[in-house]
Amino acid sequence: MSEVMAASRPKRSLAWYELKQEVEEFLYAEVDLLDERRFEEWLDLLAEDIVYFMPMRRNVKFGQHAERENTKLGSGISWFDEDKWTLTKRVEQILTGVHYAEEPLSRICHMITNVQLLQANPSPEEAKEVTVKSRFLVYQNRVEHETYTLVGKRTDVLRRHGDSWQVAKREIILDQNVLLAKNLTVFF
Amino acid sequence: MSDAASNQWVDSQRGFISRDIFVDPKVYQLELEKLFTRAWLFVGHESQIPNPGDFFTSRMGEESVILCRDKKGEVHVFLNSCRHRGMKVCRYEQGNTSLFTCPYHSWTYATDGKLQGVPLYKSLYDGVLDRSEHSLIEVPRLVKYKGTVWASWDAQAPDFFTYLGDAKQHIDQALDCRDGREGGSEVIGVHKWIIPANWKLAAENFLGDTYHNPSHRSVDLIGIGPSAAAGVKGRRDDELAKAKHIWVSFMQGHGVHSAIAPEGNEYVNSFLSDPEIEEYFRHCFEERKRRLGEQARLLPFTGTIFPNTSYHGRQPRGLCSWHPHSPTETEAWRFFLVDADAPAQVKEYLRHYYMRYSGPAGMTEQDDMENWLYATRASMGTIARRYPFNYQQSMNTSKMNDLVPGNVSTQMTEEMARGYYRAWSRYLNDSDWDIILGRDGVQHAAAAE
Repeated sequence: MSEVMAASRPKRSLAWYELKQEVEEFLYAEVDLLDERRFEEWLDLLAEDIVYFMPMRRNVKFGQHAERENTKLGSGISWFDEDKWTLTKRVEQILTGVHYAEEPLSRICHMITNVQLLQANPSPEEAKEVTVKSRFLVYQNRVEHETYTLVGKRTDVLRRHGDSWQVAKREIILDQNVLLAKNLTVFF
Repeated sequence: MSDAASNQWVDSQRGFISRDIFVDPKVYQLELEKLFTRAWLFVGHESQIPNPGDFFTSRMGEESVILCRDKKGEVHVFLNSCRHRGMKVCRYEQGNTSLFTCPYHSWTYATDGKLQGVPLYKSLYDGVLDRSEHSLIEVPRLVKYKGTVWASWDAQAPDFFTYLGDAKQHIDQALDCRDGREGGSEVIGVHKWIIPANWKLAAENFLGDTYHNPSHRSVDLIGIGPSAAAGVKGRRDDELAKAKHIWVSFMQGHGVHSAIAPEGNEYVNSFLSDPEIEEYFRHCFEERKRRLGEQARLLPFTGTIFPNTSYHGRQPRGLCSWHPHSPTETEAWRFFLVDADAPAQVKEYLRHYYMRYSGPAGMTEQDDMENWLYATRASMGTIARRYPFNYQQSMNTSKMNDLVPGNVSTQMTEEMARGYYRAWSRYLNDSDWDIILGRDGVQHAAAAE
């Protein structure tokens, strides 16, 4: 392991790994709700003050990536810069049964991998809030032949909520420039 | 009716248009050759290139172009292809540069397009290669209008205002400040995505296809408009509730759906969940009325400037380019506009509304893309292609220069689409500009119907 990685790496302990396991299970259970189309139950896993953000990504010169590659949270236009209200609206829309872009419903499969626990506050033993990074591969097939594969990274902030967790912040980095899909009707 | 306005695919008199024009690679190729090489196309917005050396990589038809402000501040549009072996000289979307350097053999071009550097010029090319003849290929025609930049590859093209004709006062409403000052908009972001459908399906939808409202039933049921949080249903607030709707077709192929406010022209509340935003727009409305007088009664909705530039004039305000990508694919670009000097709070409000409404992630427009995809898929078959699309809605109900200049209907109509495909036919029939613009003295279908 490089010195840089070692320096930024939180100390490992049994509590750390237990927490990581718990968080992974939460993430897997969460996408199960989406893939099983239990959208209203999924909404319950989102904090009331959730920030749900997917930037657009631009082709920029070497050296400008940090500054200019992704559109910014809180300014201009992104693919998603949402709160609980709009996410709830999106669910309501699907449940009308006449949202034709999702009627009939797509078949969706979320693969969540490379789960890395980055931070646990205040401590792994008493974690109230965690930051977790993962990769996603979202497969969408709708009607007969229409298929999309959406791949990228997520960074989530999860907040302890009773026995479980809620998503307080989700940044979704989709690895595409021109969106190679006609729609983004799926949740990430 | 001029023969130029119909052909084997377009029977605008009876209202039938062949499905071939939405799926056939041969027709698509003809469009690229005969239409996109001549028509005025929207390339970008000056707010995207405010400083010398700024560039924005855009498209005209299938081809990549660079919109660039040179070191002296002049705006250019270049073909994005090296004169030597054709490599794209710019593969960045937007930025600032003093040179475009081809990655292949390192020919370099200045921001005014001039070929500046040719490696080993003295020993390999001296006396043969004339550098002054090898600038980046530049559009012969370019116009800057209220912040927008348009270009044509045809040196003989009519000037932009002749081309726009009487559609000008409608698209103006998208480009001017909400308080009636001219221009003053800025682009706050550009969506880019692939629609698996022919580019004309999107263009004709924006001509004023009011009939497609039922496909947006889901958003209308749940309410996503500016006042949705206050319980108002629908996908936008009905600012035009008291206005008389008009659908206007223009000889040049443009079509718009606008509205005329009743005498007195009272402000309609449209931002119920946010009194401060409401107050701002009410103020803008009154200012506009004061500035423009009677003219302020004309309110914009949507429109398409032939062939592939569309606008939303009010909510959610912006310009679209429907770039042809293949016979059955479109690369859609949606430029979102706000008044550059609007308060931060207003811009914040608008951008959220734009995102939830528009484009592939927008709750409204997702349903459009579904329609266009499956209309395309179901029109590719041999049998399907024997049966043309029907464009007979409100035949013979439009009147020339009724209320506003143009061919005007006061009920929803497909006259704009019929007019659009008449213009499309003229280009595909290699008509000269006099015929395209109706300057040939022939009584045209638009007037005759």
